[in-house]
Order: sequence, then C-alpha cells, then structure tokens
Amino acid sequence: MNALMNALPLVFADPDQILLYRQQGGDTRAITARQFMVDAEALAVDLTTGPGAQQFIINLCQDRYRFLVGFAATILAGKTNLLPSTFTGETLRQIFIDTPDALCLHDHDDWPFPYPHFSLAHLSLARLSLANRCHREPSPDGLGESGQIKPEHVVAQVFTSGSTGLPMPHNKTWGKLVRNVEAALQQLGISSPVSLVGTVPPQHMFGFESLVLLCLIGRCPLWSGKPFYPADIVAALDAMPEPRMLVTTPFHLQALLDAQIALPRIDRLLLATAPLSVELAERAECVTGAPLYEIYGSTETGQIANRRPTQSTAWTLFPGITLTKAHPDENDELYIANGEHIEAPVMLSDRIHLRADGQFDLLGRVADQVNMAGKRSSLNYLTAQIKAIDGITDGVFFLPEPKKNQAGKNRAGKDQVITRLCAVVVAPGLNAADILAALRDRLDPVFLPRPLILVESLPYNATGKLPQIALQAILDQHLAALAPKDQTSWRIPADHPVFAGHFPGHPLVPGALLLDWVVERVAAYWQVSSLGLRIEQAKFAHPVLPDARVTLDLQAEADRCRFTLKVHTGETNPVAVSGMLGRQPNDAAGDTESKRA
Amino acid sequence: MTEESQKIMDQALIDELANLIVDGLNLEVSAAEIDADAPLFGQGLGLDSIDILEIAMMVSKRYGFALRSDDENNTRIFSSLRHLAQHIAEHRSC
Repeated sequence: MNALMNALPLVFADPDQILLYRQQGGDTRAITARQFMVDAEALAVDLTTGPGAQQFIINLCQDRYRFLVGFAATILAGKTNLLPSTFTGETLRQIFIDTPDALCLHDHDDWPFPYPHFSLAHLSLARLSLANRCHREPSPDGLGESGQIKPEHVVAQVFTSGSTGLPMPHNKTWGKLVRNVEAALQQLGISSPVSLVGTVPPQHMFGFESLVLLCLIGRCPLWSGKPFYPADIVAALDAMPEPRMLVTTPFHLQALLDAQIALPRIDRLLLATAPLSVELAERAECVTGAPLYEIYGSTETGQIANRRPTQSTAWTLFPGITLTKAHPDENDELYIANGEHIEAPVMLSDRIHLRADGQFDLLGRVADQVNMAGKRSSLNYLTAQIKAIDGITDGVFFLPEPKKNQAGKNRAGKDQVITRLCAVVVAPGLNAADILAALRDRLDPVFLPRPLILVESLPYNATGKLPQIALQAILDQHLAALAPKDQTSWRIPADHPVFAGHFPGHPLVPGALLLDWVVERVAAYWQVSSLGLRIEQAKFAHPVLPDARVTLDLQAEADRCRFTLKVHTGETNPVAVSGMLGRQPNDAAGDTESKRA
Repeated sequence: MTEESQKIMDQALIDELANLIVDGLNLEVSAAEIDADAPLFGQGLGLDSIDILEIAMMVSKRYGFALRSDDENNTRIFSSLRHLAQHIAEHRSC
C-alpha cells in the first residue's frame, strides 16, 4: 500500500471529463477520460503479452490520440516511452544499438524499417472496449493498477541529438513531470481547463509538455489531429469549445497570420522553440486579441521560464528553478539550471544575463546550436553525420548569415522566415544528389543543406579551425554564380499544343503566348494574381520560332515593371518584345483577389 | 473547351507553379528543370515541411483557396508538380 500512497494518477481528469476531440469522418468526436483509459488498458495488454514484450516503446505516433494511448499504455505496462526528436532510419538504427529491447509504435501506413513495430494506424481507438478482451493482470507491485503511477517511474526518455552524432536520451520520471506541469499551470495562470490545439509534435519536449502533459496532468482537452496548414488550425480551433489555446512555433504562427483568413476566437497563444520577434508577438496579439506567452526550456531541463514578450523582454523563472554560473570566475554567460522538476543539473545552451531580481535575458544561443522551424540540432552533430557518409573525405555544416542586402527576402521579394543551413563538402567521386540521398536517411529534412557545395578542400585557418567568414565566402561565391534573380528563361517546346493547327508550314510563336508568359512571370515576381496586372505597353520587334529559347529581364519598380524578352538565335540575341506592365499599388490587386475568394 | 486548349492551360499552370516554387523557395534548379511527374518530397525535388507550408501560403495568395491536410488526396497532391497543378486547377477561385 505504501507505493500507492505516493502514487500519482496517470490521468488527472475526472472519468467523465472530455480528454480529447477527434475528427472521425465529417464529425468531431469527444473522448472522455474513461474511454481513453479503456483504450490504454487494452493496448497495455498487447504490450505486456503479445508481440510487444519489449521494455522500451519508441512512440512515433503522429496523431495525438494514438500517441497518448500508446504513451499511457506503455506506462501502465510498467515500461518506458522513447521519444526521438527525428524520425529517420539512422535515428532508429542508433536507438536500437543502445536499446535493442525496443518496439516501435507508430501510425504510418507503411513501415520501411527492419525493426519490430506495432501499428496503431488501423485500430479504431476509443472502441477497443471489447467484451472478449481479457483484462490485464495487475502488476505485482500494484503499479499501473487503476492508473496510479509511481513518481520514480521513468515514463519517457526524450532524445536530443548529441554533439558526437549519437542521440542522447534524457530520463523523465512521472513525479517530476507532474511538478513540471503544475508549475506551468501556475506560471501561465491556467486555473481551469483550456482546449488545446497544437502544431508541434508530441515527441518534442515543447509538444510533450504543452500538449501531452497539459492534457493528462493539466486536464486540458486536446485536439487529436496534427494541424499543419493555416486552414487546419482554424478548423481544429473551430471544433473545440472555448476557451482555447493555440500551441505553436513562430514559423507556424507567422504562416497563420499571413494567410489572412478569419480566425475563430483564441484565448491564449503559447509559443516556444525559436526566437520570436516582438513585432510578430504584437501582431499576433493584435489580430487574435489573445495574450501570447513564450516558454523557455530545453529537452534536458523541460520548461523553466516564461514571458509575455509584448510586456517584457526578460524571462521569469518557474518557482524553485535556480540558475548558477557554470564557471564562477569567468564572465562567459554560461549557466547551470537546477531545482524542482529538473532531473539533473544542466548547462543551458543559451548565453544568459541574470538580473538582480532573478529574471534573465537571453543573449543568443551558444554558437553550435541551430533551430529550424522549431527543430533543434547542433552543427557538430550535423557535421558528424555528413562526415560519416562513405566517400566523403571532409565536410562541415554552417548557418549562413541572413541575406544582408535584401534583409532576408527570397527571390520573389517575400520575407523568408527561415535561413537554411549550408554544407561545404569534399567528396571526390560523389555528386550532390548522392550526398543528399545519404543525408536524407540520417537527418530530418529541415536540416538538409540548401545549398550543398562541393569543393576541393575546406578553408582551414592556421589553427585548424573553419572560420565562419571563410565558409560564408564560399557560399557567397556559389550564389553569385547563379543566374540573377530577375532573369528567367524558357525554351518554348516545339510540340507546344498552341502550334497544333496554326500557321501550317510556317509556325510562329503567337505574341499572346509570349505576353501571357511575361504576365505570369511578373505576377510570380511580385507574388500577386496575374488578374491584377495590365499590359501598358508592348512592342514586338522580332519573331520567335518554336523550340527557341527566350530570356526575360525584369526591371521592377513599386507598381510598374519594364520587361525585355530576348530570343536566343545563336550569335545575337535580338529583343523579341519589350514593354511595361502595371499593377494596382500596394499589392491591392492580389490581396483583393484572395479576399474575394 | 477543346482538349488542346485544356492541354495549353495545364502546361501553363505547371510552368507557372514551377516558377513560383523555384522563386519562392530559392531553389537552385531552374523551373524548366523540374520534372512535372517527379516527387516533390524526398528523392525528387527534396522539399520538406517548411517548403510545403511556404508553398501553401503562395498557393492561397495566388489562387485564392486554402490547402488542408485532412484532404484525403493530400499525399497525392504533393506527389508531383502535375498533381499539385491538377488540384489547383480544380479548386482555384482566381
């Protein structure tokens, strides 16, 4: 009985409280805590007896309901969930080297990996309460009986990508996770359940805490789907009762706001994983009317601080969490976090300024850390991965500077939220496609280099280091060699359907076809609908024959664009057509089109 | 609409999309190099989830409709440029 006295519930909600909302066909189905436990108990039987006798369950489910059932069943069976940060063949291979006694639980249609697995994809969950299913024998120590969990039970190992290239597991005990969530509820002022819609995966620490654990421990009903597009987020919010909290990343938030679609009422926004600009925070609060909170934490520590960026740049530590200088005699801004739910003292991967009142400011990440749309890795890890590929003699990953002259805009002039990684590689005998294919098996696609540059040697300096400035120079040179952004070319196919039946024996490319192409290219350049453009002037100077290659140069101003289309005839490239296009100022045309739709 | 003019429109939309994607995502291929029937993910053009969301934003702005991931054809839509173009042709409002 002693063990049970200290035990904590697996599900804190009352049995008849709704734990999840799930889309089934065209309907939204509510699942109570009681129904959830029936499913979890049933799956726990399978994990205890049948094919799933393994001690470690790699929970890869994407659907939040399936993830939660798998997560709870694993705990009820006295086992541990493994939560890898990426889902690639190489990640699984490494986990199985360290933990051979593991089973993959997933909801994918196919399973291309040579590891034991159990699919929840086709189980009709929440209907597993089959009368003929034998009930699991309670564990001898009472663990799991009636969903009571020992505080010291390691319910999960959450993985980070270690700098050596090996995934590093971090143990999470139920007792500390419960304290973690109770602290978060207090810090965020969530005193009664709020409906959760989340774009972040349940295997990542932020999604694990702010979706999975807020549901199980915080009694907040969770949307089961994995919303990705802005329209998904809107539909999910619409299907859930108020008050609602959207749990997301700056990347997804910006996409949602940019979509300019009508949003249902949102009562709170919870963000983490990547630096959020004050501008985006202000815009989000203005558009939604909801306060936006940011969480600071790491896989190792869990969430340890929060702030509301429109009101304070400083972070407030969760109660009981302490920061101490990693090197007391040095001014290196490195701190160790400890206390409360932190399993073991951890050096933070951000440089920190600690204020006298205990609040702190983030000064930037330790250089090695990278963050792509909320997914974290380290350059050392990525570099180790590329060097491990057969045929690569040397290589390095680096994070380029955001483009200076265009302030982070892409070729179409649109803001680019994410600066992509670049890799510089020495690999005689391999081409970029081979290397990318090999990397794809090792890395989450967001970390794939764009571009990957092949060189004869890396620019080591006298001390054997690779200076960022030298790597950036290689990238700049590479980019400069590419075609200028306001020029495009097109080979007009000889079998283009427009020629069929026209000009028998004397085919010419109709001027209208050329102008259509010009209009589309200018529309693409401005990122507006072609319907909002008008040709103000066009002068045809030279005929264009089928199979010819034409090159278009654009000189765009705010609302007019001069164009010159040249045809490649061999030695000279005469101008075929030139002129001017106009659009309504301030992008009004394109936006009007979208809104009318 | 005749079959031929339909073909012209299909091809024009595919070209337009290829340009939109190459420009919007800063890809290092020219639009003409994109195989309309090759996969956009993985071994084909090698796009990832960041790209897909960027494409979704461009599509909604340009063609006036929103992509949804619970669309049953979602896997098919992004299986190739041609399928994406077909989906847009069926749903576009501008």
